[in-house]
Amino acid sequence: MSATNPIIVATDVQKWYEAFHVLQGVNLTVERQEVVVLMGPSGSGKSTFIRTLNALEDYQQGQIIIDGMELFPDLGNIEAIRREVGMVFQQFNLFPHLTVLQNITLAPIWVRRWPRPRAQEMAMQLLERVDILEQAHKYPGQLSGGQQQRVAIARALAMQPKIMLFDEPTSALDPEMVKEVLEVMRSLAESGMTMVVVTHEVGFAREVAHRILLMDQGKVVETAPPEQFFQNPQETRTKLFLSQIL
Amino acid sequence: MAPSNLQSRSTSLLPSVWGWLRRNLFSTWYNSLLTLISVWVVYQGGRGLWVWMFTQAQWTVLQVNLRLFLIGRFPIEQIWRVWLVAVIVAAVASFTAGIIQLNRRAVIGVGVITVAGLGIVPLVGGQVPEILWVLAMGGIVIMNLLLGPRYATYLPKRLLSQGLPLLWLLTLFVVLWLLSGGWGLSSIETNVWQGLLLTLLTAVISIGLSFPLGVLLALGRRSSLPVVRALSILYIEVVRGLPLIGILFIAGVMLPLILPSQIRMDDVLRAICGLTLFSAAYLAENVRGGLQSIPSGQIEAAQALGLSPVLVLGLIVLPQALRSVIPAIVGQFIGLFKDTSLLSLIGLVELTGISRSILSQPRFIGRHGEVYLFIGLLYWLFCYLMSQASRRLERQLGVKGH
Repeated sequence: MSATNPIIVATDVQKWYEAFHVLQGVNLTVERQEVVVLMGPSGSGKSTFIRTLNALEDYQQGQIIIDGMELFPDLGNIEAIRREVGMVFQQFNLFPHLTVLQNITLAPIWVRRWPRPRAQEMAMQLLERVDILEQAHKYPGQLSGGQQQRVAIARALAMQPKIMLFDEPTSALDPEMVKEVLEVMRSLAESGMTMVVVTHEVGFAREVAHRILLMDQGKVVETAPPEQFFQNPQETRTKLFLSQIL
Repeated sequence: MAPSNLQSRSTSLLPSVWGWLRRNLFSTWYNSLLTLISVWVVYQGGRGLWVWMFTQAQWTVLQVNLRLFLIGRFPIEQIWRVWLVAVIVAAVASFTAGIIQLNRRAVIGVGVITVAGLGIVPLVGGQVPEILWVLAMGGIVIMNLLLGPRYATYLPKRLLSQGLPLLWLLTLFVVLWLLSGGWGLSSIETNVWQGLLLTLLTAVISIGLSFPLGVLLALGRRSSLPVVRALSILYIEVVRGLPLIGILFIAGVMLPLILPSQIRMDDVLRAICGLTLFSAAYLAENVRGGLQSIPSGQIEAAQALGLSPVLVLGLIVLPQALRSVIPAIVGQFIGLFKDTSLLSLIGLVELTGISRSILSQPRFIGRHGEVYLFIGLLYWLFCYLMSQASRRLERQLGVKGH
């Protein structure tokens, strides 16, 4: 993987909630087609950081450049950046008043201005890809958690983003549904999607990630390829964290 | 279940009635006592009403004044316009009902009641043209209701969903044109808009105007712009702290004094303004409740897809927020409909006003019972229709699987 043209460059990102210093200078560079997994204890700032990457959270200091566009806290380029960055949430956040198909076609029709038939055709392809074609005309409330999360992935993919962010996508799922969602994410990674994933799924991180970051107290403590991260961590904080989750 | 069902069916009817009474009305000694007291109260009240209705009441006051109740002193030679309005509204309403396939039974029930109600007109001395109007109306309504499902299949769905609101807006303008004249029709002053006609006009227009205003105020109250928020809160709190009658007096009596003399607002228009401004403040609070019930994850998900703030509001937040407060909003509209009766105090002769003036005719002095019972029924009928429509709307829009 050549390190010439990174798609995400975050430099010294700092954020405060009132007096609480949540992000204390986070640096991250993500190459195209790279899969980066963020791990760390709760409250370490990993969710907050991933949410700054599509401006759901603002930040007070530092710089974030997404695909060559600098993310200014309050400028009009936010929507342009969000079009290129898909996000999958812990709680799915599907729109309950719209059918599965409408959930997926909403943004392509209203933001990308695609004609409806084209958007629907693509939505059906995506539903086939996440293996729930037969649910297209149901409402989110009629689906299981795993199915809802797969719809949420399809919804984000419908905007044909260059980057996909996953904020603990399997944490709200019943254990037997985790696998089906991870399978979809794995095949997405294999297709060459650039992904930043906050997760506690060790198996997924070990097998799919190119790099794993450990965050603690608003800082990146260690960055390493999965093998080294799990077999031979350098930092004592990483060793402690791994001893707690493994 | 099945065996006991069979058993109860095989026994005679009487024991099952007795069993039902035992279960529901006489299950314990205090329930029996309550039942007996209730029966006695209902009997006393009902007997009094019954005796009054059939021995003392003189219903001629309604028969003689039916036209006054319905349309007041609308010029008799122009009455065809009101009939035309009735036919148009009935046609559009039944077309809408047929297309969105409202509960067929309820719609047919409403149609029958309306046609039967208007059928009184010929009975109480209507002439041939009036009977023809009623027949035309009934014919169109029945045709639309029967053909409705077919319209829905032949016309494109998107055309219908976008066309129906436009059709209603157009209808409103046609109705206003027919009633006020101009553009080839002789003009009619709004002070002859009276009776039920005026009640319906003011209510419908005020409801139609207060809804968007209320939504705007609710959004203003939650705006991040401090000035907009402060003004919205000020408006809502001031208006909610004033009695409606006070606002109507300000609109009806004070406004002409305040405004420069060359600007002369029409009485009906002033009343509509008063009702709208009053109702919007309450509506805003109802809508705000709905807005607050939307989880922030919904907004974040919409933002993450690249939707602009306007689209987030229009496609995600408002549809869900309004849906969840339909009962409260319709309740507000029903209140507004009944509040039009206060317009009689600022000199408008709507349904309550015309009743007061009918009661002051020497011939009908003291016939309060008959008149108020009648207009009470009219108010109830329209409010009941609204509440039925609301229940249907809730069911049709209900977020499925929740």
